[in-house]
Amino acid sequence: MSGTVPEPPLALLAELTHRCPLQCPYCSNPPALLSSRDELSTSDWKRVIDEAAALGVLQIHFSGGEPMVRRDLEDLVGHARAAGLYSNLITSGVLSSAGRLEALARGGLDHVQLSFQDAETGSAERIGHLHGAQAKKLAFARDAREAGLPLTVNAVVHRQNLDRLEAIIDLALSLEAGRLEIAHVQYYGWALKNRDVLMPSRAQIEEAAKTVEEARARLKGRLVIDHVTPDYFAQRPKACMGGWGRRFLNVAPDGQVLPCHAAQTIPGLIFDNVMDRTLAEIWRASAAFEAFRGTAWMPEPCRSCDQREIDWGGCRCQALALTGRADNTDPVCKLSPDHKAIVQLAETASASRSESFRYRRYLRPANS
Amino acid sequence: MTQVTEATVPEFATGVRLRYDEIRSCWILLAPERVMMPDETALEILRRCDGRASLGSIIDALAAAYDADRQVIAEDVCNMVEELAGKGILRR
Repeated sequence: MSGTVPEPPLALLAELTHRCPLQCPYCSNPPALLSSRDELSTSDWKRVIDEAAALGVLQIHFSGGEPMVRRDLEDLVGHARAAGLYSNLITSGVLSSAGRLEALARGGLDHVQLSFQDAETGSAERIGHLHGAQAKKLAFARDAREAGLPLTVNAVVHRQNLDRLEAIIDLALSLEAGRLEIAHVQYYGWALKNRDVLMPSRAQIEEAAKTVEEARARLKGRLVIDHVTPDYFAQRPKACMGGWGRRFLNVAPDGQVLPCHAAQTIPGLIFDNVMDRTLAEIWRASAAFEAFRGTAWMPEPCRSCDQREIDWGGCRCQALALTGRADNTDPVCKLSPDHKAIVQLAETASASRSESFRYRRYLRPANS
Repeated sequence: MTQVTEATVPEFATGVRLRYDEIRSCWILLAPERVMMPDETALEILRRCDGRASLGSIIDALAAAYDADRQVIAEDVCNMVEELAGKGILRR
């Protein structure tokens, strides 16, 4: 327990739905996907938005699944704007129409983040498992720019597409994106099931770092590139979510409030729901948020480490996935007793010849 | 990349907003995937980046308002605008 009142959160990830036409094998949604029956109503989401603004949230990220499957998206974006929030749409871009983007822009949407699975159509559509997706995404990007919306291209990278990083950067440029997010796969949930197919080689990682460094220098003032060294190849852990319960909260489609989108992979955590308690109460007192907030929960070597309030012990979900305990030091850290095993695991997975994905799918029939 | 000069007319890039936050009692700069809390100096500059005022006139105004050496102000302002343009916050 942290014992003190936490600072207000900066951002809310609103996972409006788990429904999505794509089936990316590294999806950040949990393996047990929720169906449309489980989703919060429009009025409940509006209440959540109001509670978030009152709590001090500044940015709202409308995400999913694919948030554009929700017909009330325009309504929710308008509501967020009226509440003073900066709104961001995180989308695959395959369900849109020019008219819808214009309506979202008119309603006050501030920014669009569009995902690409690869720059090369065949590969991209194999990864997302949706034929015809790439052309729709390209059209979406054009429509977004025509509607005056600033665009970030998000590319999740891994062994299957890293060799085309240059082409991905060129794609972002050709679409007039202001930002490019190069996000290495994080291995929990769906991605963990596909680790042998996705894990890049050390050579690919080193090449990617060079490519990004060169592109950043060349494109300064034209394209901002966000890129972080992937965890398994790093020496120090990242401050996951800016620290557990310090910056972000995540509302799942059914109203469960999570400290991060993968928190449900941790057994024993008790989550609260926006249908039972206010967001402010949950932020301050929810057992799941208190579990790893601050530094009191930390084991050694974190507890006495001078980095403990910089990396906040790294990622809890990763500690669980790799060491079996969520309250261990993130094994990405070179000071973790498990670090050597992780390096070995990355080497083994990246050397795998496996090429067949386990796609993100409903484990039970959805009613959508 | 074009260098910032006193003739530059800086403005916020699309998708960037400056607003007052009642809860934290401070000004907040909101940008894609970024939240920044500008310090007093940065705020004085940002509030004058309206897409009409040239950097030269912003420097004049700040030098007058703070009764400070214009050359020192000019260097600070140009460096900051350059940096924020590199981060995609300002357009010049």
